[in-house]
Amino acid sequence: MSASADAPRAPSTLPWLGGTAAGLALWALLYSQLVPFSEWAVSLLPVERQSHLGEAIAFFLYDVPKVLLLLTVVVFAMGVVRSFFSPERTRALLAGKREGVGNAMAASLGIVTPFCSCSAVPLFIGFVSAGVPLGVTFSFLIAAPMVNEVALGLLFALLGWQVALTYLAFGLGIAIVAGWVIGRLKLEGWLEPWVLQIHAGTAEIPEDASTWPDRIRAGLSAIREIVGRVWHWIIAGIAMGALIHGYAPEELLASVMGKDAWWSVPAAVVIGIPMYSNAAGIIPVVEALLGKGAALGTVLAFMMSVIALSLPEMIILRKVLSVKLIAVFVAVVGSGILAVGFLFNLLFA
Amino acid sequence: MKDVKVLGPGCAKCKATAEVIAAVAKESGAAVTLSKVEDMREIVGYGVMSTPAVVVDGKVVHAGSVPARAQVQGWLA
Repeated sequence: MSASADAPRAPSTLPWLGGTAAGLALWALLYSQLVPFSEWAVSLLPVERQSHLGEAIAFFLYDVPKVLLLLTVVVFAMGVVRSFFSPERTRALLAGKREGVGNAMAASLGIVTPFCSCSAVPLFIGFVSAGVPLGVTFSFLIAAPMVNEVALGLLFALLGWQVALTYLAFGLGIAIVAGWVIGRLKLEGWLEPWVLQIHAGTAEIPEDASTWPDRIRAGLSAIREIVGRVWHWIIAGIAMGALIHGYAPEELLASVMGKDAWWSVPAAVVIGIPMYSNAAGIIPVVEALLGKGAALGTVLAFMMSVIALSLPEMIILRKVLSVKLIAVFVAVVGSGILAVGFLFNLLFA
Repeated sequence: MKDVKVLGPGCAKCKATAEVIAAVAKESGAAVTLSKVEDMREIVGYGVMSTPAVVVDGKVVHAGSVPARAQVQGWLA
């Protein structure tokens, strides 16, 4: 740390770093008390611990605080990391990059660049008019919503780091390959004509965050914004998952979503397209389904489809892309998700 | 008289941005004309890639988030 070299900044940086450390210590203490807390809370209720209802309540009371705690820390870390990036900086890194390397860079930058799907159109035009190839732009636009902190945080919280890492790797893989394929198809002519006429200037926007206190503040505001937006979906999802956990018959789910039902992968992708806003509520349900015999590949395909192929985002992108180009986008990304689903069901049999 | 524009396609954050600016202007008594730009071509014409963005007297001063009160006070001062 170069705090000593930067004398005026040092006095205000230290309390922020100390506060963050204290916050993390409190977090660890709370996290270590999750099991005793949920068992204690269930013992207060007039239900048999071993009954269906007792199982469902214990599952709910353990999962809600656990998921919210883990999500909070992941969102905070991501908020701090993102304060080092901006769409403008990412565009400068990607402009004029060749396909291949450019696709891989775009997909990786998609994870760490602050992005909201309501900015998809200006971002798309900004990239294309600055000379970022169309396929590379698509790699970014596929990775940015799919490999996001909420999905990774929840997968990590509920299914472990192996599944979260696998999701990360395959999400990046799909974004890179799908972007590359779209680039090879040379579809620039299928953009809405006005997009290519615009020569957007590049605005010089002053940096917001450049000191550690600023970055920590960015992490905190990410918690407020993201956890504040998704917490009720998560609770609803976990309640749903608790019901499945306590009551759903295992044989039924295994026959519908198990690995022997090959058609369940395409079905999961199709059902996932119109679902969007409740992505945060879906992962807890997914966990419960897995516990009841659903296959991992089917469930991952469903999640990816819900997150990456969203109807509202397509409607936004319709302003700049022709219907034909959107259809190609859905077909290419959908095939990638299908491939991941089948591959997983094959590998983790 | 400062001319302030909020660029954004009408999402929740864009409304919040306009509200913060209006509130700060009222408090400090600064003379401000506040308008919203929702047309995508016009937004892109400013070279902005993430919304909500804020333009003060034709110059982009902020993009990508709801600005903090302190920032808004700085622009209006």
